[in-house]
Amino acid sequence: MTDSTPLARFWSEFRTNKVAVCALFVVIAIVLIALAAPLIAPQNPYDLGTLVLMDARRPPGFVGTKGFTHWLGTDAQGRDLLSAILYGLRISIQIGIIAGGIAFALGVTLGTFAAYFGGRIEALIMRIIDLQLSFPAILLALVLAALLGQGKGPLIAALVTAQYAYFARTAHGAASSERSKEYVEAALSTPLAPTRVVFRHILPNCLPPLIVVATVQIANSIALEATLSFLGLGLPVSEPSLGMLISNGFQYMLSGRYWISIYPGVALIILIVAINLVGDQIRDQLNPRLRR
Amino acid sequence: MIPLLEVTDLATHFATRNGALKAVDGVSFSIAEGEIIGLVGESGSGKSVTGFSILGLIDPPGRIVGGSVKLKGRELVGLSARELRAIRGREIAMVFQDPSATLNPVLTIGTQMRLALEAHGSVSESEARARSAEVLERVGIPDAARRLDAHPHQFSGGMRQRVAIAIALLNRPKLIICDEPTTALDVSIQAQILTEMRDLAREFGTAMIWISHDLATVSSIASRLLVMYAGRIIEEGPVANVLRQPQHPYTAGLLASLPANAERGMDLVQIPGSTPSLFDLPPGCAFQPRCDRRSPACVVMPELTSGGLGRRRRCHHPLNGGSA
Amino acid sequence: MSALVDIRNVSKRFAPRLSLGEKIAARLGQPIETRTVHAVDSVSFEIRKGEVLGLVGESGCGKSTLGRVIAGIHAPSDGVVTLDGAPILGPDGRKRTSRVQMVFQDPFASLDPRIRIGETISEGPIAHGLVSKADAKAYAAQWLAAVGLPADAADRFPHQFSGGQRQRVAIARALAMKPDMLVCDEPVASLDVSIQAQIVNLFLKLRREFGLTMLFISHDLGIVRHISDRIAIMYLGRIVELGPTEAVYKAPSHPYTRALLDSIPKLVTEAEELVSFKPILGELPSPLSPPPGCHFHLRCPRAEAKCREIVPARRETSAGRDVACHFPLEE
Repeated sequence: MTDSTPLARFWSEFRTNKVAVCALFVVIAIVLIALAAPLIAPQNPYDLGTLVLMDARRPPGFVGTKGFTHWLGTDAQGRDLLSAILYGLRISIQIGIIAGGIAFALGVTLGTFAAYFGGRIEALIMRIIDLQLSFPAILLALVLAALLGQGKGPLIAALVTAQYAYFARTAHGAASSERSKEYVEAALSTPLAPTRVVFRHILPNCLPPLIVVATVQIANSIALEATLSFLGLGLPVSEPSLGMLISNGFQYMLSGRYWISIYPGVALIILIVAINLVGDQIRDQLNPRLRR
Repeated sequence: MIPLLEVTDLATHFATRNGALKAVDGVSFSIAEGEIIGLVGESGSGKSVTGFSILGLIDPPGRIVGGSVKLKGRELVGLSARELRAIRGREIAMVFQDPSATLNPVLTIGTQMRLALEAHGSVSESEARARSAEVLERVGIPDAARRLDAHPHQFSGGMRQRVAIAIALLNRPKLIICDEPTTALDVSIQAQILTEMRDLAREFGTAMIWISHDLATVSSIASRLLVMYAGRIIEEGPVANVLRQPQHPYTAGLLASLPANAERGMDLVQIPGSTPSLFDLPPGCAFQPRCDRRSPACVVMPELTSGGLGRRRRCHHPLNGGSA
Repeated sequence: MSALVDIRNVSKRFAPRLSLGEKIAARLGQPIETRTVHAVDSVSFEIRKGEVLGLVGESGCGKSTLGRVIAGIHAPSDGVVTLDGAPILGPDGRKRTSRVQMVFQDPFASLDPRIRIGETISEGPIAHGLVSKADAKAYAAQWLAAVGLPADAADRFPHQFSGGQRQRVAIARALAMKPDMLVCDEPVASLDVSIQAQIVNLFLKLRREFGLTMLFISHDLGIVRHISDRIAIMYLGRIVELGPTEAVYKAPSHPYTRALLDSIPKLVTEAEELVSFKPILGELPSPLSPPPGCHFHLRCPRAEAKCREIVPARRETSAGRDVACHFPLEE
């Protein structure tokens, strides 16, 4: 028991929560399916040439002119919804992870260095971050997306800007408390270079709360991306993400063609809820105050 | 005559992922009225858990799994939480290492003392103040009547501990359990509190269990000494007698390792090895792997046997004339 | 013996951080209570090559802060600490020598919980070029052996060790830097009684083997007496007495030293011998508002009007003995 690695101990405790294990399974399954989308999707929804306008807005279960069944129906352009959702998930997860990762790196670096150096540097960085946190993330992302235009790059930039502050805040809090511990003083008395103290000693000890924030923020950036796309500020129409699919189907909701909006919405909800359930369990395990 | 407190075969275990942790395992002793006993041991020896168990202050996953604690003949183990509360503070009080465990930071000292009095009978506001001021004065807090309106943070560490002691004394309990009450204090303050506690106990006829890891402190206040190791009592007897002629090799080793007993700059006598984990106790006598007097017989747990002159020890090969 | 480390007029003040509102109020001329703590107040002394100097005092007297200033962790507010004539800190306030190392009180806090013991010991020597990465493993094993731990300890994490073993690791980490001087801040205070003797013996052995110079900070007068050649007594940020250990213990000059020695409970081995100690009267004053003049005058039985106004300068009373008192005790 005492000889096992920290990761093995973490997993043995994680396993006791059945809901979280199911959620983790769902997340992994969705990620795998999304990665394999080009292989398993019946249709390439981005290839406008394969779309048949005749098959537009058909209900689930309709057998199309190409001879395969549209299990979740088709959208206004005649896209197979199942294929569009699979490709949409792929983009959403991709953007969520890339944006989350960059925001993590940027925020954590700023937060830990602010805590390490203190003084004016800390005051400056943290005041900017406080200022930014006082705006709603969605508002900031909206403004940036509108300014930078459409496409993956601008979208990721908008998401990173909206989110790095959360990482910086958390990293700063954790690093400030680690900074005053004796093992850091020991490193200073050796002396070790500041970059080594920060990256080898302080940062790894700040990871637990950051991992929790990271899971929540990846879910958030997926939702935020969907929101931006829903509002027409995300990706181009030729590459529909989940948000845009929901948006496209919105106008048909009242005419009874519910599936265009509902199925992408369900996929989005399942993904976000599953990530959050996993995040909750990680938080419970890493928060010493909840432990007995 | 019935002793004030009689503890018999007390066992307190903690349920953990690795099985039951036997923090206290078959501890028996008794205290007469007005007697001060010292309970000495290292961390993990079970000395504090013994103190908490007497008052029923064991929270899950801990549980008293056996034995009895009798206060003037009345069984305390198995009493309901309400019945225990009626005893706590009134008949048995406790002083902790950290006074903030007793003191509420948002209430004035006066209010807290009044609440402590009201918990065990009705008193008028002015009566409570007068009584509180009197006790505060008695534990050495100057200008006590005025300081009743102060909050705990307005006192220094030593003064806070005095207030905690005053609260313990309020209802004139028959027994006070002191869990390392001077460990967190400075040497000069520790000496003050030690002197005052000893005088107070004598004046009020209060019995005390003084829990500590420091033999010198205990020897200055207690008349009888109990040494614990890995959840059991391993030696017991009159303080001066035990310290002059320890019978258990562990007690002897502790005494020999004190710098005062070595020539300056020379190596100290050291007990080899480290305190055993309670999860992984050696068979028989828990001290046996570190002991230089061990024999094959030591894999069988020795009984706590009499060593003459009111002394007991748990050892197959005792020192200083005690034959096994 | 020549001086290895020279501590010259060192002060360390901690000013509380003002909030933005307080800063604005201060700019507008509002009197703001700054409450600076004078943790160390103009302290001077030297540590000689090869000696163990004991630094004794009660909590809040500034002994740990002084230790951290000497180890180069805190920059002094005033004054300078030099090693062989060269300042410990560079002009940028960063430590520039690895010849002074430190052992901390709590080995549960002073070892990084996420780093294996081997790396904990070898990372400093690698960073300072004392050993190559390739030889790091053998180097760590060599120092583990020096402190009495098996070589396979290198692959384990701190939580797999007991307090005494962790303190051995912390000592190995400090020694692996091949220091000339070791600052030990209460290195046995958090250990079990039966383990304390082991660690004290380890220090004695290492001192014999490596000729280490040590500053041994402690509140335990018994251990300091055993291990130190000279002893400095600190009270509220100032050194009140300094001298050879035995001389100070046998005949203290400062009334505080006398009172401190008298207040320690001793082992009672005779039933009649009831009073084994004599407490010092009064409270330890808050370091936020120390009394004027001699800090000890409020509790001192010998205090006179002069003590309340004039800070006594430290002066030599007899060979090698300093005391900061207007009315020192005669031998």
